[in-house]
Amino acid sequence: MARVEAEVGKPKGGLMNWIDARFPFTKTMKYHVTEYYASKNLNIWYVFGVLSFVVLIIQIVTGIFLTMNYKPSATEAFASVEYIMRDVEWGWLIRYMHSTGASFFFVVVYLHMFRAMLYGSYQKPRELIWIIGMLILLVLMAEAFAGYLLPWGQMSYWGAQVIISLFGAIPVVGDGLVEYIRGDYSISDITLNRFFALHVIALPLALVGLVFVHIVALHEVGSNNPDGVEIKQKKDENGVPLDGVAFHPYHTSKDLVAIIIFLMVFSAVVFFAPEMGGFFLEHANFDPANPGVTPEHIAPVWYFTPYYAILRAVPDKFWGFFLFGVSVILPMFLPWLDRCRVRSIRYRGWMYKTALTLFVISFVLLGWLGLQPAEGIYVTLTRIATVVYFAFFLLMPYYTSIDKTKPVPERVIYNA
Amino acid sequence: MSEEGVDNNRRHFLGIATGVVGAAGAIGVAVPFLASLKPSARAQALGAPVEVSVGTMQPGEMVRVVWRGKVVYVLKRSADMLGRLDTNIDQLRDPDSLVAEQQPEYAVNPTRSVKPEFLVVEGVCTHLGCAPLMDFEVRPEENWNGGFFCPCHGSRFDLAGRVHKGVPAPTNLRVPPYRFVRDDLILIGQDTGAG
Amino acid sequence: MLRRELTRGLAAAGLVLFCASGFAAGAKVELESADIDPGNVNSLQRGAGNFMNYCSGCHSAQYVRYSTIGKHLELSDEDMIENLMFNAEKTFETININMQAESAERWFGVQPPDLSLLARSRGADYIYSFLKGFYVDPDHPNGTNNTVLAGTAMPHVLWEKQGFQRAVFTEETIDGVTRSTFDRFEPYIPGELDAEAYDEFVRDTTNFLVYIAEPIRSERIQLGIWVMIYLLIFFIVALMLKKEIWKDVK
Repeated sequence: MARVEAEVGKPKGGLMNWIDARFPFTKTMKYHVTEYYASKNLNIWYVFGVLSFVVLIIQIVTGIFLTMNYKPSATEAFASVEYIMRDVEWGWLIRYMHSTGASFFFVVVYLHMFRAMLYGSYQKPRELIWIIGMLILLVLMAEAFAGYLLPWGQMSYWGAQVIISLFGAIPVVGDGLVEYIRGDYSISDITLNRFFALHVIALPLALVGLVFVHIVALHEVGSNNPDGVEIKQKKDENGVPLDGVAFHPYHTSKDLVAIIIFLMVFSAVVFFAPEMGGFFLEHANFDPANPGVTPEHIAPVWYFTPYYAILRAVPDKFWGFFLFGVSVILPMFLPWLDRCRVRSIRYRGWMYKTALTLFVISFVLLGWLGLQPAEGIYVTLTRIATVVYFAFFLLMPYYTSIDKTKPVPERVIYNA
Repeated sequence: MSEEGVDNNRRHFLGIATGVVGAAGAIGVAVPFLASLKPSARAQALGAPVEVSVGTMQPGEMVRVVWRGKVVYVLKRSADMLGRLDTNIDQLRDPDSLVAEQQPEYAVNPTRSVKPEFLVVEGVCTHLGCAPLMDFEVRPEENWNGGFFCPCHGSRFDLAGRVHKGVPAPTNLRVPPYRFVRDDLILIGQDTGAG
Repeated sequence: MLRRELTRGLAAAGLVLFCASGFAAGAKVELESADIDPGNVNSLQRGAGNFMNYCSGCHSAQYVRYSTIGKHLELSDEDMIENLMFNAEKTFETININMQAESAERWFGVQPPDLSLLARSRGADYIYSFLKGFYVDPDHPNGTNNTVLAGTAMPHVLWEKQGFQRAVFTEETIDGVTRSTFDRFEPYIPGELDAEAYDEFVRDTTNFLVYIAEPIRSERIQLGIWVMIYLLIFFIVALMLKKEIWKDVK
């Protein structure tokens, strides 16, 4: 990176001239890297974007190598995963990186989204970045879901069975749709094969495309900051924001540190706890898929459990599915649900702070409840948490418009 | 970028150090990924040595066995065939098996074999990998002393798998590692280093 | 070998009669801690012997190669061939069984499951408690039952070692429904080993099953330590660079 910067700065040599006349290399580097200014006071919450990108790379690279040995067929899939784990040299490492990466993808993406909620990053003029981000989340969910079927273990099979059956709740077309998704009368080799196609090519392509657009949109309007101040409004004589520092080398050197810390946590799981106590690799998934025997206790992987809990909160198939769907889509409307003029939580009133806290509690609680059996006190708790989850969004136009805010400073707060 | 009070040497050094450590890490990560492409334990198991029983073979008879996906020819040469081996030395490109990779050391001899009567060669033409056909008949008018003929591009080999001059194949047919477990049993794919 | 044949014969004879498995002997029992030591090669070697002698007649471990076991358990090819490889000729083979699927179904009612991944799907404590949980139950077609997996089709293969024990249940009637809860075992017919030695025997076997479920486990942890050391160094260098560069920012 340092090398690139040096070359961009230098008077153009023959080769660079030749390239720049044909491809906007220098211009792109300047616009997106050496002269992309982001606030100097970005805190730890701002690293999860770049970490999501790191995980994306990990998943793509490990995924390519897994595909070289994986067999997408009902008779061979389970054995081929064990083949990777045992017979392929270093296959275990590649597989654990991929399975751990899947969970970490959601960890960093959820935290990345929470950052946006903390500092109002979805507000004008960043609505589109938020919507694209939500689309990324949806594709990511589909990607993770399709990927989870591939090991063809008991949880793969029955998890897919339950989730696909959800679509049967849609009136009129439901049953036909379920059959259409499976491509068969039950989950079978055919389903596995098409999920494989979706998982390794269709959805990753969509994901990469959306990520690209997400970043282009971000660089057009510029990054938000913990104060929610628009740094572009205060520029020096060269047109550089007074509170901004160049992405490279300032934010890159900072991000590198964050990436290394992330890799430590990631490696700790890969090497010392790849099953993560059954959260990242579920125990029942070490039994091959058996359409005749349902495991005693089916729960989706942890990153789906908040929505799954909402599904189970409603004692009606259609409305359960409906609320489930809405709960996933609802955050997309945040930019218009939030009526507050102040972005950052630092200058918002007690109402939003309380609401956000309750929301986080309800989301985490729902995640935990989704893993518990749907009985007794758990059902009651799930219903309460579901109400809180929806209230956070649906009452937002009201409480954000009456909330008392504090004055927002002119410039960002930064203590070197 | 430099301002007052900034130690450019230190900055430069730290930049290089980070680059070096990072590059070392990148190489470290690349190793397992590249190593995963090597033949797996299963491939190695499937590529394990194969046994060929040669006790009942008649002189002039040839059997084909598959080892590691390649056809291996086992030919029991008759006394007549063995006699023909040194009659056409001037036709051959490498009569003394000087190209070391084409056979284990114990097959560097006039018959290119452990026991003179048994020829063990891979049925893979050294030109582009076709399977040479056997053609043991002697046809002096064609200058043909018997041997193997590759139908793809016309390469010719003698009864010890030695390549003729003036054909596309550059080297003699390869002799795989093998040994005699007993007098009537050949193990292809494994040797003791000395045949 | 004779013992294996005997065990197998007994199992078969007892199980021809076996019919269904949904048999409720009571509520779930608490699992005993297996307390295995995955780093103990001697224990793993003994466990491998136990597995091959008592389990591999009926249970395969189809993803596990003998050569892998040999490498990790410090056994030579000769050791392996003489003491472990009853169903295989070459060390690169995987642990398969000679029993046909149909005969298995006829004898046991179900096909004995492959054990490659049992420890990962059920856990070490489950295996340990299961192997210790057989008791005499005349109501059950093969004469024994199990506290961990009630109604199991598997006979008490280790009866010679452990002998036979009886299970004592306490009965409790709540709201007119009688539930029996497992309380304790009582010795019935002694076996070759006393209780402590049998525990060790089962522990070694469990240890081996845990090992085959993830043979690279110890490699994984060792490599992990090096990776963490590397990342720590990288972290220090990168942090110094970051601090240096950020001196510009005021």
